[in-house]
Amino acid sequence: MDSKYTARTFVVETIAVAIGLLFLVPFYFVLINAVKSNANILLDAASLPQTIIFDNFRRVWSLLHFPRAFWNSLLVTVLSNLGLIVISSMAAWKLARTPGKVSRILFGLFVAAMVIPFQTVMIPLVKLSASLNLVNSIPGLIFIYFGFGVSMTLFLFHGFIKTVPREVEEAADVDGCSPFGVFWRIVFPLLKPIVMTTVILNTLWIWNDYLLPRLMLQSSDLHTIPVAMSALFAQYNKQWDLGLAALVIGTLPILIFSLLLQKHIVKGIAAGSGK
Amino acid sequence: MNAAARNEANEAAAIRALPHDKARTSNARKRNKWLVFAAFVSPALLCFLLIQMIPFAVGISYSFTSWNGVSSAVDWVGLDNFKRIFTSDDKFMDSFLFTFRFTVVAVLVSNLIGLGLALLLNGALKSKNALRTVFFLPNVIGGLLLGFIWQFIFVKGFAAVGSATNLPFFQLPWLGDANTAFWGIVIVFAWQQSGYLMVIYIAALQGVDNSVIEAARIDGAGRLSVLRRIVLPLIAPAFTICLFLSMSHAFKIYDLNYSLTGGGPFNSTQSVAMNIYAEAFTNNHYGVGSAKAFVFFIVVAIVTLAQVMITKKREVEA
Repeated sequence: MDSKYTARTFVVETIAVAIGLLFLVPFYFVLINAVKSNANILLDAASLPQTIIFDNFRRVWSLLHFPRAFWNSLLVTVLSNLGLIVISSMAAWKLARTPGKVSRILFGLFVAAMVIPFQTVMIPLVKLSASLNLVNSIPGLIFIYFGFGVSMTLFLFHGFIKTVPREVEEAADVDGCSPFGVFWRIVFPLLKPIVMTTVILNTLWIWNDYLLPRLMLQSSDLHTIPVAMSALFAQYNKQWDLGLAALVIGTLPILIFSLLLQKHIVKGIAAGSGK
Repeated sequence: MNAAARNEANEAAAIRALPHDKARTSNARKRNKWLVFAAFVSPALLCFLLIQMIPFAVGISYSFTSWNGVSSAVDWVGLDNFKRIFTSDDKFMDSFLFTFRFTVVAVLVSNLIGLGLALLLNGALKSKNALRTVFFLPNVIGGLLLGFIWQFIFVKGFAAVGSATNLPFFQLPWLGDANTAFWGIVIVFAWQQSGYLMVIYIAALQGVDNSVIEAARIDGAGRLSVLRRIVLPLIAPAFTICLFLSMSHAFKIYDLNYSLTGGGPFNSTQSVAMNIYAEAFTNNHYGVGSAKAFVFFIVVAIVTLAQVMITKKREVEA
């Protein structure tokens, strides 16, 4: 509201920075204790480490099978995102550009399903996926993410496409471009901002999702980071030297992703919620 | 798209050398139009039906059976499952009570903090961008990992701070009794969600016309009354969204209390989502679990719709 840097602004800034530091305290506790021995953690969790033990990281790196878990998470997140963009943008465009009852009903169905909690479909889904051979398979899990993510992704694309003028598409139509050509060569490049939004929202969701991969991926070779983390905590309960080092490694990828893309994330969330 | 369909239909007609056959041309055009429509919509629709709609319908039918998930004998039991969960399942009722209580408190706390942070960062602060990143950071970490992080903070971190400072707040048996476990989850939820809500509130605040505020200030309105009478009503749409998002997150909470308290102590922090999971996959009562899942859906749908309708109405009035 104020554009000048007044004494009042300085007070506000001081308060804001203090709250910011408060927000960071949990990270501080995790970091200083992740390099201590378990005995030292139990002795005093607030003090700075006397000797820094990097061995914790080396041990959890192999206990978590971190490279494998990271790769699984990456594969699931990237391919789910790609598939969701393709199927949702195509469907959203057709639904937005085809007037009539069919489009309205289908769109309404997609949107209404956003209210359904995961727990409501979870039980039959486990059975159905088993009979469709989607269980214990990364491609199977990715396909399931298509099904769950399509509602919101389509909704966001639909809202955005309505703001894109139709004239260009119509001109291309007259020029004899096929519907796929019109969509991929002319419409899709215009959708870049909303693609960014959906990628950010879907990545934060899929990367961090725990329950679905746990239900679907039994074999530990296929575990994603959250599932591997929960297995490690179940096995090494109260061994905080391992637990905290695992949490540092486990949160690092998504923290780096968000710091790199933070401008887009802020914009994406504001845009994604405005619809 | 009509033009494209027309073009192709025309070509098809030309190839067949039937330029006079108007009825057939228009049929072909219609068919072609629907084929293109199906080609674009059906991949999305297929995934959606297979993963969401069919399991949803099947789940409702399970809820009238006594199926255990394994045996091939599936007995139709009518409304027995519903009768059971409403009359003799105290744990389910307790989990609903916890979830309601938690949702009310967590939504209030996280929105107050989120709005407060947005108002703080709305001024000309030098550290604005850095602080926005800091407040948002907890949100990108998933609920499961956050729960583990905070388990450590509450049990070891708070205890260490408590013995160093003698502040009674840090000497409470955090996560050790029903009350501190409840507030523990509220604190972690607020820490995770308020940054996200802040981003939405900031976007709304940036849309507020500064000249309106300046005019009111010149007319002698105090900061607080400008905030209450002008700014807050103008950002009413952000309230609708933030209340909706935080409510749906709070109501469906699972990962966070799974890793933070495991539903304990003595099931005092078991959410409905956890109760359904346990019923279906720990007790192997697929029938009862599905009935609970259906009840959960109905409640979520009613609460969400009611909330959106009420805040939308207030938006219009404001």
